[in-house]
Amino acid sequence: MVNWLGFERRVAIRFLREGRMQTVLIIVGVAAGVAVVAYISALITGLQRNTLEKTLGAQAHVTVSARDDVVIPAREPAADTAVLVQTQPRVQRPRTIVNWQSLVPVLEAMPAVAAVSPMVAGAGLAQRGEASKSIALMGVDLDRYDRIVHLRSKVVQGEPRLGPGEGIIGRELADDLGVRVGDRISLVTGTITDSLRVTALVDLGVRELNRRTVIVPLRAAQSLVGLPGGATGIDLALVDVWAAKALAADLSQRFPYKVESWQEANSQLVSALNAQSVSTALIRGVVMVVVVLGIASVLVVSVVQKQREIGILRAIGATQGQMLRVFLLQGAIVGAVGSTLGVLLAVGLIKAFTTFVRGSDGLPLFAITLAPSLALSIAGIATVCGVLAAVAPARRAAALDPAQAIRL
Amino acid sequence: MTRLIELVGIHKSYNLGLPNEAEVLHGVSFAIDRGEFVALIGPSGSGKSTLLNIVGLLERLTAGSYRIEGEETSGLDDAGLTLRRRAVLGFVFQFHHLLPAFSALENVTLPALMREGRVTSAQQERARAMLAAVGLGNDMQKRPGELSGGMQQRVAIARALVLEPPLVLADEPTGNLDRASSDEVFVLMRRMHAELNTSFLIVTHDPRLAARCDRVIELVDGHIESDTSTGATG
Repeated sequence: MVNWLGFERRVAIRFLREGRMQTVLIIVGVAAGVAVVAYISALITGLQRNTLEKTLGAQAHVTVSARDDVVIPAREPAADTAVLVQTQPRVQRPRTIVNWQSLVPVLEAMPAVAAVSPMVAGAGLAQRGEASKSIALMGVDLDRYDRIVHLRSKVVQGEPRLGPGEGIIGRELADDLGVRVGDRISLVTGTITDSLRVTALVDLGVRELNRRTVIVPLRAAQSLVGLPGGATGIDLALVDVWAAKALAADLSQRFPYKVESWQEANSQLVSALNAQSVSTALIRGVVMVVVVLGIASVLVVSVVQKQREIGILRAIGATQGQMLRVFLLQGAIVGAVGSTLGVLLAVGLIKAFTTFVRGSDGLPLFAITLAPSLALSIAGIATVCGVLAAVAPARRAAALDPAQAIRL
Repeated sequence: MTRLIELVGIHKSYNLGLPNEAEVLHGVSFAIDRGEFVALIGPSGSGKSTLLNIVGLLERLTAGSYRIEGEETSGLDDAGLTLRRRAVLGFVFQFHHLLPAFSALENVTLPALMREGRVTSAQQERARAMLAAVGLGNDMQKRPGELSGGMQQRVAIARALVLEPPLVLADEPTGNLDRASSDEVFVLMRRMHAELNTSFLIVTHDPRLAARCDRVIELVDGHIESDTSTGATG
């Protein structure tokens, strides 16, 4: 296939070289368009990945907990009667997941699930001397919980351990209580008081969380909350975070538990991300349309300018198909060359962004990279757009009446 | 014997079915055999160029029959006409009609490139020989814009003949040239005719040139007025 489109290729390249100014302008136009699309795609991908990492870094992808207590009517009303009632909602006391010990291995066996961690959550106060702070108490198994939120990587001080009587607390809480690693604090929940030794301080990425978090062994939490042998929730980490919603729906169908995905727990974030994705897609679409129109208009002009040459080529034996392909190929060449330059330009822009835009700590705000697959697909789409843009001009060129074209 | 081309009762009308419909050719019949050197003359507006375009398969006839090597062409579609054009015809136009973006040599190799998607070294050699034969051995790499009118027309003749078609159609091939160049070009065509046994159909309004062709067909008002052998030998 060495001579595949040999004639078309030669003529297309010559035509493009002949219309030097037009060709340069349109290639620059395509490059600019492709650069914008590639840069925006990389930026938004990086931004979203960063946001997700920050959000999902501190929480489970799916949480399983006991169903809420609801008021059950004493008697089913008859089918044709409307009952007007005013019901006081029930108090949601801490409740354990029934049978959680046998549920954990079932969840672990699911291929979509990467990690499972039972936990006991409750509220309480942390006290030291005269200071008393309200806290969110979490009882976990350290190894299991680490696989959900990578707790060990968030330790800022100390050696994370959760032996009996030990605990890990948030950095701000430690400041508020004036404790260092190794100090003791008291935990108070309702009637029970317990004390723990702080083994490590963690930074969960959100100050409010750091100010309230106390992580203790599962057993300690069970007794503090008053649920011996119980678990108020089971945290899941998934292989693919975006599968969370479907998995949650599936689980709540199969088990009598309340199952919540991170998307439901962060619905505002998810809709913001969606809005961002939609806007990006819109911008990309509009830029691509502009690129297509640009290529098309240049080729339309070129067909008019080259009527005579087209007529000669037709007279000496070029088929309509060959003339069509000459112009389609010009579109493809402009698209391919333009998008190659555009991708290079985008790489430069990204480099500039990571070099000059930095956070308050002097580190880059977040990593943005142009994935080769993304670059390739953008370049591919731009080339296809080039061919599409050439369709109308090429058909016009092919349909030219050679006798008339020569007479001009 | 099958004639190279044979036209019978050719009619050609423009703007068919419109109020300004005009018939340009009113039943033209003639034939050309292999190796003939024919002039087509006539006053301007007599339909010469139209007839040449019809013979060249660039325009369709309205009524009549046109056979090339015995095969009727009037039913062919565009692709069929193009393939016939490639196989049988070479063109030389009044205004040279070379492709300005291609060198003289590339212009001459275009027909081969168009047929096969590449130019073999044999075809390259053939094109060089052809250009040398028309006296442009030293100007092969020049663009048409760098050549004089006569030289451009010689390139066009080389291009028309490079694949040795049985028939070359020339529309006022010397119409744009001074007398010396036009003599040169004419002599060249006669020489090629003698060497390759190619038939020529030359549209001209130069009686001096017509007199040097073997046969002169005179077209007046869309009719053949006369069709005579001159006995000339160039």
